Amino acid sequence: MRLVVDPIKCDGRGLCAGLLPELIRLDDWGYPIVNPEPLPAHLLPHARRAVEDCPVLAIALRRSQVKK
Amino acid sequence: MPQLGVDFIGAIERSGLVGRGGAGFPVGTKWRAVAQRSGGRAVIVVNGAEGEPRSQKDRLLMTTRPHLVLDGAFIAARVLRARRVILYIGERHEKARHAMLRALHERTEPERGLVTLAAAPGRYVAGAETAAIHFLNEGIATPTTAPPLPFEQGVDRAPTLVQNVETLAHIALIARGGRPTSTLITLAGGVARPGVLEVELGTSIGDAVRQGGGVTEQPKAVLVGGYFGSWMEPAEAWKLPLDHRARLGCGVIGLLPASACPVCETAGIMRYLAAESSAQCGPCFFGLRALADACTRIADNRSDGRDLSRLNRWVDEVPGRGACRHPDGAVMFLSSALRVFASDFANHGSHDLRRAA
Ligand SMILES: Cc1cc2nc3c(=O)[nH]c(=O)nc-3n(C[C@H](O)[C@H](O)[C@H](O)COP(=O)(O)O)c2cc1C
Ligand code: SF4
Repeated sequence: MRLVVDPIKCDGRGLCAGLLPELIRLDDWGYPIVNPEPLPAHLLPHARRAVEDCPVLAIALRRSQVKK
Repeated sequence: MPQLGVDFIGAIERSGLVGRGGAGFPVGTKWRAVAQRSGGRAVIVVNGAEGEPRSQKDRLLMTTRPHLVLDGAFIAARVLRARRVILYIGERHEKARHAMLRALHERTEPERGLVTLAAAPGRYVAGAETAAIHFLNEGIATPTTAPPLPFEQGVDRAPTLVQNVETLAHIALIARGGRPTSTLITLAGGVARPGVLEVELGTSIGDAVRQGGGVTEQPKAVLVGGYFGSWMEPAEAWKLPLDHRARLGCGVIGLLPASACPVCETAGIMRYLAAESSAQCGPCFFGLRALADACTRIADNRSDGRDLSRLNRWVDEVPGRGACRHPDGAVMFLSSALRVFASDFANHGSHDLRRAA
């Protein structure tokens, strides 16, 4: 699994970076920069939390897949 | 109409044709994706938006060879079993629209029945494929988040092929048994005869410029591929063969005269691209604005000395974080400027400051 941000929905609240600093940091304008690597298993619960707590539902967990 | 072989998509793949709208994506791959899902519902969007400020080739092609473009579109409609063909033509490209309409009236009734015409708003991002689809569905020419991708769900939620007009003209030539052997480019800037040229694939940029009457002034650099393209040193660019490996983008070749300031030129283009963001994604709207402002401060000798390191950090952080590739294109352009004009960026202003002192 990996985290993806919908850049149109995201309005830079920054909650996700607080919940998952291991994988998400904020750029100079407050928008998340997400580590594109597959999620390590031990961070999965934190990632779910970030997905659920995003006030604008801009983050999702996607199955890692090879591009079409 | 030419007879198409049973495996026309295979013929496209073997021809090596890549899209001429900017992204250079293999055409056959896109056709297969639409063909698999079509079920007789597919939609063909003929992309004649041509939003790139310096590019002229798409409107010239539509104006002078409209039937070739229509041939390509109707071949796509047949091969992909499409229900609709939409001519998406830039609202400012009036001659092109008239020529296409005139040509359309000369086509058969069943062909005409497939076609609708739409005027693409005159903004840079309106030509991006998801923006075209968004406009055709809801009247708003801003890009949307993928998935779904156009070949999955596009116009009318049907599998949709968005294809550049020049690409479709090449399709028509392939159907007549040809291979893509040429490409259209637009020469701009310090060249004797700016405008559109058809060049054989593999022609070097130096030869293309000679065909355009040569340079008006020794160039400082060459911008290959328009505003989403890359600056190159003239010596390197001169030898570069124009084919799909050259990252031709939309085919604009811009010559920057040696007397022009490359930092000012780069800053001006970055301001344009920042202003053309559809302002939906933070990293694009704020990021491109910040990049353009930093370039402008350097160009105006107002930098606090840290702008260059900011630029270098941001060009790594901004790409890949918008819904469309607008920020990626802008950053590719800027990165090439930071590389080719490294000393101009590093020393900019110092002369003037010394002179002022
Ligand atoms: C910001 C932006 C603007 C674009 N503008 C155009 C355009 O004006 N005309 C065009 O053909 N493609 C444009 N494209 C590329 C399209 O998204 C798409 O890749 C293309 O129309 C597909 O056709 P092709 O494969 O034949 O090139 C643009 C892309 C982006 C990201
Ligand atoms: S990346 Fe920029 S141009 Fe593309 S949709 Fe987002 S804000 Fe608009």
